[in-house]
Amino acid sequence: MASVTVVPGRSVASGSARGEALAADIPLSFWGGFDPETGVIIDRRHPLAGQVAAGRVLIIPSGRGSCSGSGVLLESIHNGTAPAAIITSRLDPVIGLGCILGDELYASHPPMVVIPDRNRRRIETGDLIEIDECGFVKVTKI
Amino acid sequence: MVAHPVNLTLDADERAMLDGAQGPAVQLAMRILTRMAPLYGASSLLPVTRAHVDGVILTGGAGLAFAERLAELGGRVAVPTTLNVMSMDRERWHDLGLDAAYAERASRLGEAYLRMGARSTFTCAPYQTEHAPVFGEQIAWSESNAVAFANSVIGARTNRYGDYLDICCALTGRVPAAGLHLEEPRLATVVVELEPIPPELALRDDFYPVLGYLLGSVVAEEIPVVTGLECKPTEDQLKAMAAAAASSGEVAMFHIAGITPEAPTLSDALGYRAARRTLTISMTDLQRTREALTTTMGSQVDVVAFGSPHCSLAECRALAKLMSGSRASPSVRVFVTTSRAVRDLLARSGELAILEAFGARVTADTCIVVAPLVHPDAKVLMTNSAKYAHYGPGLLGVDSVFATTEECVASAIAGRVMRADGPWQA
Repeated sequence: MASVTVVPGRSVASGSARGEALAADIPLSFWGGFDPETGVIIDRRHPLAGQVAAGRVLIIPSGRGSCSGSGVLLESIHNGTAPAAIITSRLDPVIGLGCILGDELYASHPPMVVIPDRNRRRIETGDLIEIDECGFVKVTKI
Repeated sequence: MVAHPVNLTLDADERAMLDGAQGPAVQLAMRILTRMAPLYGASSLLPVTRAHVDGVILTGGAGLAFAERLAELGGRVAVPTTLNVMSMDRERWHDLGLDAAYAERASRLGEAYLRMGARSTFTCAPYQTEHAPVFGEQIAWSESNAVAFANSVIGARTNRYGDYLDICCALTGRVPAAGLHLEEPRLATVVVELEPIPPELALRDDFYPVLGYLLGSVVAEEIPVVTGLECKPTEDQLKAMAAAAASSGEVAMFHIAGITPEAPTLSDALGYRAARRTLTISMTDLQRTREALTTTMGSQVDVVAFGSPHCSLAECRALAKLMSGSRASPSVRVFVTTSRAVRDLLARSGELAILEAFGARVTADTCIVVAPLVHPDAKVLMTNSAKYAHYGPGLLGVDSVFATTEECVASAIAGRVMRADGPWQA
């Protein structure tokens, strides 16, 4: 039976989105860790390596590493390979910048929502995630 | 749509920029900046007197489209703005084997920033040009090594401004008033004690990159102060240390007690507060870090590279001395990556001819990790740069061998790795 929980989050780049969760408890650097041509996670040391993030809701504690990550995220928005949304627990300006640039330049961006660690860790890959304009995150475990 | 910040206070000039009084490019830049400011925890903006822009590295169509759009909208930088390395040597791209279509895009990107009034420095070591900031100056810099050097070694003030906030700061002359622009966040919170090391080790040019690389790996988003360093490093040694710390970690600022300008004493660095924690660096930690920078034990070497960050004039002169009268093995490709300004000086002094007679390709404007200069078949990169050694495996698909400048030159001549542990064994 499906169980549904709703978590209030802080909306950093607001918008609504719906997609399958792709979750790991390790920070990810978009620069060198995510291929904006394919939407695949390419950091070989990351637990999500090889997974397609395009169109899914990416759930990580935060970004990390190079501040060129915002440029990589913008390229993926431009190419249509960006995640459907990004949920983190730390307010990462690099990811936020990528989302804001996408909105300003292409009127398109993955919503970014910050939720507490304890709520984020309960989300597993495969859960259905729905995000609304106010930053509420609805998690459906199927 | 993304909600606009409600708690950001703008002055009259900033509000006018946001309303379009200085044209659509500045308006777009100010809109992005005001949306980003709350993410840095800023409730206002503050003026800067200098910017360094990293967006000039070709990453894809969106970055190029953004720069060209700002230039077409009539964007002009509000403060003196230097440019980071670009993805080609603007003079010698053809000789270096770059594809014409690629060079055309890399060149268009550089041109877009030049049209906005940025200076054609094209270097990742802007602190070693006449555009270097001074102590206490508020600046908006990108490029991790330059940010770490400016904050730590010069005492100028900047956060890490990545793609493409850097050009937004340059066009508006403003940054979010937060982080390393303010007093308190610049104070050290973690003490890193260096245990006694063999004195000759601290004189070697491979010591500081190893120390920096270790520093970056042991501190998180904290400001460290290093104690126990007894002799004063040169500017180039501090540059290698800063670049290494910003490669292995996210270090935007560090202090060295008694050496860097905001740390006349340990207490000054800490702001007369207790450290949140104290770490110790042992000789064993340093040895392990040095070993981690080398990913192969074989003797093969295909590429020897100097210049990440870009070689200073002094570093090029030291190379010319070591290379004078010798020749690199035909099996080894040698790169010296530097700025146009330094290469021009070397041409006039005759030292460029010495480096080229050795077989070195002396590139300007670019480097081997932002332009496709290294042949895809190359397997092993040998370098005196911790930054090249760090990024080589991921970005170039090579193994790295990290060594001293002398060992790199000797290996280029011999056509195989010549490297000894020396005082590292102690």
